[in-house]
Amino acid sequence: MSDTQPENLPATSAAGDAQTPAAEVVDQREGMFGVRGTGDTSGFGGLRRQVALPGSTPKPYGSWFDGATDRLEGLVGDGAIEKVVVDRNELTLHIKREDLVEVCRHLRDDEALRFEFCSGVSGVHYPNETDRELHAVYHLLSITHNRRIRLEVSCPDADPHIPSVVSVYPANDWHERETWDFFGIIFDGHPALTRIQMPDDWPGHPQRKDYPLGGIDVEYKGAVIPPPDTRRSYN
Amino acid sequence: MTTTDPYATTRDTTEGKVFTVTGQDWDSVVAGLGDEPEERVVVNMGPQHPSTHGVLRLILELEGETVTEARCGIGYLHTGIEKNMEFRSWVQGVTFCTRMDYLSPFYNEAAYSLAVERLLGIEDQIPEKANVMRVLLMELNRISSHLVAIATGGMEIGALTVMTIGFREREMTLDLFELITGLRMNHAFIRPGGVAQDLPPGALDKIREYITWMNKHLPEYAELCNANPIFKARLQNVGYLDLAGCMALGISGPPVRSTGYALDLRKSQPYCGYETYDFDVPTWDSSDSYGRFRVRLQEMHESLKIVEQCADRLAKMEGEPVMVADKKIGWPSQLAVGTDGMGNSLDHIKHIMGESMEALIHHFKLVTEGFRVPAGQAYVALESPRGELGCHLVSDGGTKPYRAHFRDPSFANLQAMPIMCEGAQVADVIVAVASLDPVMGGVDR
Repeated sequence: MSDTQPENLPATSAAGDAQTPAAEVVDQREGMFGVRGTGDTSGFGGLRRQVALPGSTPKPYGSWFDGATDRLEGLVGDGAIEKVVVDRNELTLHIKREDLVEVCRHLRDDEALRFEFCSGVSGVHYPNETDRELHAVYHLLSITHNRRIRLEVSCPDADPHIPSVVSVYPANDWHERETWDFFGIIFDGHPALTRIQMPDDWPGHPQRKDYPLGGIDVEYKGAVIPPPDTRRSYN
Repeated sequence: MTTTDPYATTRDTTEGKVFTVTGQDWDSVVAGLGDEPEERVVVNMGPQHPSTHGVLRLILELEGETVTEARCGIGYLHTGIEKNMEFRSWVQGVTFCTRMDYLSPFYNEAAYSLAVERLLGIEDQIPEKANVMRVLLMELNRISSHLVAIATGGMEIGALTVMTIGFREREMTLDLFELITGLRMNHAFIRPGGVAQDLPPGALDKIREYITWMNKHLPEYAELCNANPIFKARLQNVGYLDLAGCMALGISGPPVRSTGYALDLRKSQPYCGYETYDFDVPTWDSSDSYGRFRVRLQEMHESLKIVEQCADRLAKMEGEPVMVADKKIGWPSQLAVGTDGMGNSLDHIKHIMGESMEALIHHFKLVTEGFRVPAGQAYVALESPRGELGCHLVSDGGTKPYRAHFRDPSFANLQAMPIMCEGAQVADVIVAVASLDPVMGGVDR
């Protein structure tokens, strides 16, 4: 495995223009089968695997991505867009959390962009990405131009605040409540950020990686099958 | 009035006296209201109520018969499907997500499978026959789902014949599902790389019989309902939501098309080869429950047109593959029915147990570990019977999804309940909610 291109990534991006996004390491895994703190009898104890997501893509991005990104940069100024990732023919803009509402407003209102339909937000938890543990991922659809775009905003676990975009996309009301419920991301400015799927008095945020799946052993004719999150797994 | 009434306890709050009525003894409530009773009543409709399409709780603030404020309480059917999928292999994920929106299981499977295929970069390697079978099953599923929407919606306003004939036709559709996939619902049939099995012998004849049956019986719904004065009086101008409201609230599917806007991902962002089929996107211009009914009704005819085209194509595709050629991806899904009615074919067992050690190793690795999917994320959306069903998948390069999220159209569309119901009568709430056609399995996941 080379340092620059982990073997779990495709050799070229799926955008098809032979760009290799510089991988962004988010985690390191060791060993195999989830063996922890005991003698390694599997023989895989020395295994190291880097978990890396596709990293920043250099310009030009290809297709309509350049025009839209340049237009947005012109509207919101430098710095709001932290990073642009083009992967598998999908455009992802990493946005600074303090600029999110302004970015969304321009994406919705500008005629050349016009992302009028928000498909909601969901969270992703990367516990080993220091100070960027919690990601909120927004998917927008421009019906006018027939395009899709993804916005990704990160916040540290210690300060899990992201501004709410309900003022721009009222559709995100329940989606933000769900993301708060499952990940504990606090959407500042949301009209009523309460739990939506879990009971009101539920402790913890179940979709986070540090929250166990739970479950009990199942016994059948003397053999015991452990719950899925404690079974042998492949790192 | 006694304060220990077991059926109508009272407590004083900052907003006045609150009665919690659990049944039977209304006398004590009436007596407790005093000389100048406040008209405002907050009623919980559901979560166990036959008219709310599953375990949906509607919190209604009533002034007489008029709803002044309405809110939804959801989460009663949350089963942690997304979390569970993070602990199973990529192929096993299909078995979980098919159970979300239980009235349109094929769409859940297709959205997930298309997202996995995009992550794998094999979108253009899916065999043609697999795509045709996916379209066939999805359109049959659209018919069966719309039939339930119309049948239960009819039942709730007292049109019981609509319900009985609706479930009669749905049963025909489910019989086809059973013939093709082996199950009436929760099929786990569309899988990453293709579909689980080829069409069984005789399936095409059954599909053609079904098309004949439906062509004969689908017009019955129009005859029963379209000009029915009671039906129209209950549905027209009820649950009004115009295009601007739909866009702001992220509403998709029949509610948008009932505003006269032909928003349909099958046309605008085709997948599975939808661009090669001849069909129309029906619209209506009334933005109300009646319009949504008419859109669904017409959509079933369009779906039947697509099913017919699929049958014609499948007739020319006998023996073609239905799973991607890459055995690493295809194997976990490729099963054949053995003498015990399930599992791997005897030929395969003979091959791995008696002929090839290598084959046994590969079989073992693929069954226990599954295949790896390159790191990255993908979002695939398709047009389910209820609107935009999106699947957001994140892979860390492992054998399991790092994160699976579904943007279920029922969840998004249900946000429109308050705006459609406030100011209307209690009885209109039932009609308005039914016109959104929410499925709680999809809302709560």
